[in-house]
Amino acid sequence: MAEPRELSHFHGGLHLDDHKDESNTTPIRDLPLPAHLVLPLQQHIGHVAEPVVAVGDKVNKGQMVARAADYVSAPIHAPTSGTVSAIGRRPVPHPSGLDDLCITLEPDGEDRWDTLPAPITDWRDTEPAELRERIRWAGIVGLGGAAFPTAVKVNTSGQRRIDTLLVNAAECEPYITCDDRLMREQAADIVDGIGILRYIVGAAHCLIGIEDNKPEAAAALRSAIATAGDDAIEVVEVPTLYPSGGERQLIKLLTGHEVPSHGLPAAVGVVCQNVATVAAVADAVLRGRPLIDRVVTATGGGIAQPGNFRVRFGTPAASVIDAAGGRTGAYGRLILGGPMMGFTLHDEQVPITKAGNCLLAPSDEELPPPPAQRPCIRCGECARVCPAQLLPQQLYWQARAQDFDKVQDYHLFDCIECGCCAFVCPAHIPLVHYYRFAKTEIWAQERERDKSDLARRRHEARVARIERLEAERKARLRQKKDALEKNTAADADPKKAAIAAAMQRVAAKKAAQEAASETSDSE
Amino acid sequence: MITAILTIAGLATLFGLVLGYSAIRFRVEGDPIADQIDAILPQTQCGQCGFGGCRPYAEAIASGEAEINRCPPGGESTMIALAELLGRDPIALDDEAAAEKPKSVAYIVDAECIGCTLCIQACPVDAIMGAAKQLHAVIASECTGCELCLPPCPVECIHMHPIETTPQTWRWPYPAPPAREVANG
Repeated sequence: MAEPRELSHFHGGLHLDDHKDESNTTPIRDLPLPAHLVLPLQQHIGHVAEPVVAVGDKVNKGQMVARAADYVSAPIHAPTSGTVSAIGRRPVPHPSGLDDLCITLEPDGEDRWDTLPAPITDWRDTEPAELRERIRWAGIVGLGGAAFPTAVKVNTSGQRRIDTLLVNAAECEPYITCDDRLMREQAADIVDGIGILRYIVGAAHCLIGIEDNKPEAAAALRSAIATAGDDAIEVVEVPTLYPSGGERQLIKLLTGHEVPSHGLPAAVGVVCQNVATVAAVADAVLRGRPLIDRVVTATGGGIAQPGNFRVRFGTPAASVIDAAGGRTGAYGRLILGGPMMGFTLHDEQVPITKAGNCLLAPSDEELPPPPAQRPCIRCGECARVCPAQLLPQQLYWQARAQDFDKVQDYHLFDCIECGCCAFVCPAHIPLVHYYRFAKTEIWAQERERDKSDLARRRHEARVARIERLEAERKARLRQKKDALEKNTAADADPKKAAIAAAMQRVAAKKAAQEAASETSDSE
Repeated sequence: MITAILTIAGLATLFGLVLGYSAIRFRVEGDPIADQIDAILPQTQCGQCGFGGCRPYAEAIASGEAEINRCPPGGESTMIALAELLGRDPIALDDEAAAEKPKSVAYIVDAECIGCTLCIQACPVDAIMGAAKQLHAVIASECTGCELCLPPCPVECIHMHPIETTPQTWRWPYPAPPAREVANG
């Protein structure tokens, strides 16, 4: 074993109670098939997927039911065999609580696989583009929570050369243990996936960043790496400090490089992937299996038997809670995600999607309702803990004043919404809520601006067309008129010419007669 | 005395020539203020301001003929943006009720459309497709909700549907300010 790598630091961060032991001691369990699977068409960042099935169609497990509608998009596959019973608006896991387009599938209980594409076992001799196409087909998105299409993220052509593949195994948010369990149970898959991704992005080596509160997972990875004999992969344990699992924070910790404000990690030669995503890539390439399920943690003081579950996408959150022994005690809220970045679900029947890593049912002692907020006392604690080195207090004042230009001057869009500032705020101001408000307002303004630009272009094109048609009509009229005048002139001419010629003839005759009479007179 | 007069006269001629040349060489086509105003207006082309569209209204504001409060689709935010751009004082909207209407798109009821093409001719952004005696349809993504197609329709088959908020277009609500500050007013 090489000597421990010297770690860098990121600014701020928080030491939180990690609450991992509640759920990480039992193996990942399977769920029984639910009565319905509801597959939202938007489970990823980017364009909404387009359905390729109709109501009444019979589908097999792993069959594509919605295709990627654009480059930045991801297809969706049937998590089991059954019948498409509806395509329409259904409640989805979203902070708005609004309905969105979903495909509803009624399982037939046979769980019959579709014909899958052939496994690519000789991936070292395959073009990276073909492997990326397989990842794209499999509908793989970042499973750490952001759900950005992986095939797009690993397309590093045209960017700086990548020298490091960074695997994010930090899992820094309290309570969540799905990656921890996955690493303990499927370390070999993760190592396979790392080999494939390293080949695709052309990275010489790979670093796995894992917080030091997961020694079993780190040991499992090390033994899998030893078995595979891949000495380019290094497991690096980082101190447990929230949010070390933020992409930019982990890159800073492990490489010392800071990703530029508007840049991608590729700008410092790094591509970062979550461990579960890496395992899904191995599944897609080596087994030809699309992404149809994920590991979800169900935990918190309000859950009878916390643990991790392999959940098919579309399974209602309530079914996962039931599998975890149901609720204990009084009815409380259910959070999707962790206590720092998650949001409260409006409806427990919403489906688990690709981004859903954790269902947290906290007891009131664990996560008491926020106390009443008080005016900001400008203590500056928020700036001290901000891992993005922003000025949360300034962002708050500008967002509160709805000054959306100023709030961007303070780099609102570098905020990762980790919640550290709100956590330490002695005035209990919901700071992240203000930032989310400002972000969605700015996006809405941008959409409005795009729409009005489009309308202006179309209106100008219409005015130009009407003017052109009018000009053409006038030109045609003028042409007709000219032709008419010319015609009358031409029609008149021969007559006039004939008359003129006749008159000339008469004149000539007269002249000749006169001349003749004169000569006769003179004779 | 003569030197002073000649110097001043010479300078005046020189500056006159420079200014005269600049006026021709650096001449600006169109009215840049009108362009900036046009960029702020919502481009619905609805004519609710009393002008033939957003561009004519922008030109009227630029020349001082029109107030900045006559754009209901733009609402208060557009009025304030115009006030900031032009250094005028914000004023109350001319037609508050019209400004509070939800954003909508036109929708043609298939069964009632007779294919008269009158709405197609009225649409300022060419967002209606169709031909004579053929069913017409509104391209929802291009429709600005100006309602100019409603009056020409002889069978009143065009309805305005409010645009629904989806998870993709949803905005986080403004957080409630601290209770004490509210009490203090």
